[in-house]
Amino acid sequence: MRTARILSRALRPAHKGLYAIVTKYTAPTRSTPPGSFHPSHSSAPAPPPTSAQLFVGFLTLGLISFGGALPHARRVIVEERRWLSPDEFVELLGLCQFLPGGNIINMSVAIGMRFRGITGALAAIVGLIAGPSVIVVLLGIVYERTQDNVYVKHLFAGLAAAAAGLLVAMAIKVVAPLLPRWEIGKQRERRRGDQRKGQLKEPHGAVDAPAPTTASAGTVRSKVPATRTGVAALIALAGFVAIAYFRVPLILTMAVLVPVSIAATITLERRGRRP
Amino acid sequence: MTHTLMALAALFSQLSLLSFGGGNTILPEMQRQVVTVQHWMSTQEFGALFALAQAAPGPNLMIVTLIGWHVAGWKGLLVTSLAKFGPSSVVTVLAMHVWNRYKDRPWRGIVQRSLAPVTAGLVAASALLIVEASDTGWMAWIITAGCAFAATRTRIHPLWLLAAGSVIGLSGVGIP
Repeated sequence: MRTARILSRALRPAHKGLYAIVTKYTAPTRSTPPGSFHPSHSSAPAPPPTSAQLFVGFLTLGLISFGGALPHARRVIVEERRWLSPDEFVELLGLCQFLPGGNIINMSVAIGMRFRGITGALAAIVGLIAGPSVIVVLLGIVYERTQDNVYVKHLFAGLAAAAAGLLVAMAIKVVAPLLPRWEIGKQRERRRGDQRKGQLKEPHGAVDAPAPTTASAGTVRSKVPATRTGVAALIALAGFVAIAYFRVPLILTMAVLVPVSIAATITLERRGRRP
Repeated sequence: MTHTLMALAALFSQLSLLSFGGGNTILPEMQRQVVTVQHWMSTQEFGALFALAQAAPGPNLMIVTLIGWHVAGWKGLLVTSLAKFGPSSVVTVLAMHVWNRYKDRPWRGIVQRSLAPVTAGLVAASALLIVEASDTGWMAWIITAGCAFAATRTRIHPLWLLAAGSVIGLSGVGIP
C-alpha cells in the first residue's frame, strides 16, 4: 500500500502538468490577431509552410529537443510556427501514437504530407533526424577515439549507468498504472476527490489526452475495473518474461500477445458494459 | 559489405514496423539481433551506444543511426536510417488518408488500449537489458538507482542526471 502511494505521488505531477497544458491550449479563449491564427477553427491557419520552412522548422526542433522531443514539438509546431491549432496537434498525436514508429517522427511526416505532399514529408523528416544524426555520430567518433583512456572509460560508465536509470524510470511510469493495487488506490482517491470538488476530472484515453511518448500505457487507467488492470498486468508480465528471459523474437511475441490483449479487452469491456 | 548492409536493412525495416508505443519497445530485439545473432558488437558496446544516443538531442531512437554507423560507416548509417524511418513513415502517409474515416470508430480505441500493456512489458524488458548491459560496478548500480529515483520523483531535466552520472563515474570509485 505504501509503495502504491509513493508511485501514485510520483506520477501525479506529470499527469497534472499534462492536463494543465491540454486545457490551457485547447480552450478557445485566446484573442486572435487579424488574419493570423484562429484556434477555434479546425482548418489550417494562415499561410501553409513551404518545404524549406518545414525542413528548417524540424531541423530546429531536432537540435533543441534534449530529453524527449514531445514537449518541444508542441511549442515549435503550435505556438511558434502555428502550423497546427492545439486541437489539431492533439488529434494528430493520437494518430501518431497509434501507428508504428516514433511519435515525433510520424508527426513530422504527417505535417509535411499535409502541407506539401511527399516532398514536404521528406523535407520534414530529413530535417528532424539530420541534426541529431550528425551529433550522435560525432559523439560516437569521440568515444571510439578515446575509449581506451581510463578517464573516458569511467565517464562513459557513469553516463551509461545514468542513461539506464532514465530508462528504468520510464519503465516504472509505464508499468505502474497496470498494477491492480495501485489502480484501486487511485480510484478510491479519485472518488474521494470527486465528492469533494464535484467537477475535478482527469483526462483519460490517449485519444483525447496527448500522453507523452512513453505513457501510452496510461490509457489503461481510464476507469477500468480491477480485473482488467489485472489482465493488463499479466499481459505486460508475459511480454516482459518472453523478451527479457526467453529472448523470444519480438515479431513472435507481438503476434501472440497483441491478439490475446485485444481479445481480453473486448471480452472484459463487453462484460463491464452489461448491467 | 553488401551482405552487412542487407542485413542492416532487413533488421531495421522489420523493427520499424514493429515499434508500437515509441522506440524503446524494440531495444531488446535490437540488442538480440545486433549482439547475439549478428555479433556486430558486445553487450557492453551496445550499452555504450545507447548511452551516447541518450546524451544527444533529437527523437527517441538515435541509437539506430549510431549502430548503422558503427557497423558499416556512413553507408551503414544511410541504410539503417532509411530502413528504420522509411517503412513506418510510409504507414503514416497511408494512414493520413484513411484517418478521418476511422478516427471515431470504437475498434481504434480497443486496439490502442490493448497495445498499452504489451508496450509496458516491452519497455520494462528494455530497461532490464540496458541495466544489465550498462552496470558493471557497484557505483554504476547506485547511479542507475539514483537516476531512476530522481526521474520518477522529481522534475529534474534528464540531461542533468546524465551529467551527474558522468561526473560520478569520472571519479572512478566503484567502477572497474
